[in-house]
Amino acid sequence: MNHQIDRKRFERAYRYMLTARILDERLAQLYRGGNVYGGVFLGKGQEALSVSVGISLDKGDVFAPLIRDGAGRLAFGETILDALRNCLGSPLGPMRARDGNVHRGKPREGYIPMISHLGANISVVNGALMAKRMKGETKQIGAACIGDGATSTGAFHEALNQAAIEKLPLLLVIANNQYAYSTPTSAQFACKELSLKAQGYGVSTHDVDGTDLKACMTTLEKAAALARAGEGPQLIVAELLRLCGHGEHDDAQYISPKIKASKVGRDCMDEAKKTLLKEYQYPEKDLDQWTTETTDEINQAIRQVQQEGGPDPFTHNWKALATRELCEPLGSSTL
Amino acid sequence: MSITYLEAIREAQAYLLRNDPSVYIYGQDVGAFGGAFKATKNLAKEFPGRVIDAPISEDAMVGSAVGAAIEGMRPIIEMQFADFSTVGFNQVVNQAATLFWRTEVPCPLTLRLPSGGTSGGGPFHSQCLESIYARFPGLIVCTPATVEDAYSMLIESVMLNDPVIFCEHKYLYFHLKADSLPQEALPIGKARIAREGRDMTIVTYSAMLHECLEAAAEMAQDGAEIEVVDLRTVKPIDTDTIIASVARTGRLLCVAEEWPWGGVNAEVISRVVAEGFNLLDAPPQRINAKDTPIPYHPDLWSVHRPTAQSIVATARQLLRN
Ligand SMILES: Cc1ncc(C[n+]2csc(CCOP(=O)(O)OP(=O)(O)O)c2C)c(N)n1
Ligand SMILES: [Mg+2]
Repeated sequence: MNHQIDRKRFERAYRYMLTARILDERLAQLYRGGNVYGGVFLGKGQEALSVSVGISLDKGDVFAPLIRDGAGRLAFGETILDALRNCLGSPLGPMRARDGNVHRGKPREGYIPMISHLGANISVVNGALMAKRMKGETKQIGAACIGDGATSTGAFHEALNQAAIEKLPLLLVIANNQYAYSTPTSAQFACKELSLKAQGYGVSTHDVDGTDLKACMTTLEKAAALARAGEGPQLIVAELLRLCGHGEHDDAQYISPKIKASKVGRDCMDEAKKTLLKEYQYPEKDLDQWTTETTDEINQAIRQVQQEGGPDPFTHNWKALATRELCEPLGSSTL
Repeated sequence: MSITYLEAIREAQAYLLRNDPSVYIYGQDVGAFGGAFKATKNLAKEFPGRVIDAPISEDAMVGSAVGAAIEGMRPIIEMQFADFSTVGFNQVVNQAATLFWRTEVPCPLTLRLPSGGTSGGGPFHSQCLESIYARFPGLIVCTPATVEDAYSMLIESVMLNDPVIFCEHKYLYFHLKADSLPQEALPIGKARIAREGRDMTIVTYSAMLHECLEAAAEMAQDGAEIEVVDLRTVKPIDTDTIIASVARTGRLLCVAEEWPWGGVNAEVISRVVAEGFNLLDAPPQRINAKDTPIPYHPDLWSVHRPTAQSIVATARQLLRN
């Protein structure tokens, strides 16, 4: 493949990756220090793929990221502050402390908040794209991210088929990180390649090395252009490795040393850094400076969010319906 | 002119499509074919591109409706039978029902569920699932019993900014007729006194309303005055109307076609006991379908669900208490 990624664009992508990586590391520290409610789920090793998805989307597009898409979320426009607020339970966060960690989004801005149920957000993107088409907005596309494990859900298959029938401009991006929690791909699917699943539905596919930022950017840009041009859904399968536990509670001892030592086990950050230094001739001190700046920015944001405090359960608006007068009056105590 | 319950549902959808460009219908065979029951007959022709055939993918049908609702549309999803909505259950209860709570972005979608038993329907084409959905915060559940309500409540459901589970009863589709469509209607969330009486309150909804009215008419011949409350909406339940009725009658019988465990009947009795215990002159009673899957043979089915006869028997017993 002839990689022609503009220098500034590559730098931009790298810096989102860097931010996501540092953010993840800080969240892991906070988790270990007992400062996070619930779990922490990291995207280590998946930043190159994730950022390539986020960066190939424009304002007005629809994006349904998943667990390991910190980099893509930033590229799509999420702020560090919002990411942290959600992970630390601030009522000022996008989900106002009602949901946490990776369950966050801003639906009005095309940023779909995931629910835990894997596979369920693909058809939501489909519906948003159907709606856009009905409204005469034909320039926008949508992207949904998914893991290798979730390709076994019924929701994945229904949604892929639905997108194909409706010829929707959907990018369905599979991060094959070789494991679903502890389950290796051999116990997840028996077809030779995941892209075969798309072929069965008449959907075009693209395979890419998920550890190679340039390859990911090139592939996603191409797929996005095809979707924008009316060529229908595009399935992207990236091979990479989850370089962390499923969550921070998991030491991931089950990951085979052989896979770690193989090509998919490379760290996409290291590879991207090499490209920056060698191919794009960035001086090392620039990269060091970005790291320092980003770390400072994140630490500053953490301090701010920790000062924001938590939600007030007594003044909280406990209404699950937009039509307030139709909410049931009953609650946990009736007397 | 006379109009059936089913035609009212079709007319409501035609009205919505005509008056609101954000409304569209998505479901299996709803397009040119007009739907398994013909609830969308001719609509695809009249509203091109807005009455869309779906693949047999209930999960994706509902999921896509959530996405469209986020984009400001008001989708109507037709399940071919209520029974098949279980395949799309996850999207209803975890996606649609939680969206507003989680994000403050409303999720205006209407899920039409052709519900309830008809002769020969059997275990998988007869179910009443209203209580399953009512269990989840973030959903409104409508159970219209009349032609007028089928029309007005469907229009109101689609215009509400929340997900509505619209349980339309198949037994009423063709049997039930009205002279004309209503000009005005009670809002969703309000129950209606379908028949006045002072000896006993029967609380019911959907097709069972008609069994209860028949039972009340029969008992009137013996001089018993039965009040019949049609809930219309089972989530939320109009507790005030029920309690006010029980205050007048002192006796409560709840009748529902759904299975007995933890359903609308149980909920109504629980509220009356908790909030109006001293209004009761006798222990409240309930009648549901038997706690088995729904039988196929008409002779089995006719005793599986509550009927005017079984209602009369229980009501007479309750009057003696
Ligand atoms: C429908 C469903 N079943 C089970 C789970 C529990 N679960 C959460 S993440 C996960 C593994 C997901 O693996 P994969 O799709 O490969 O994504 P990855 O974690 O590797 O990024 C499981 C089983 C879930 N969230 N949703
Ligand atoms: Mg995986």
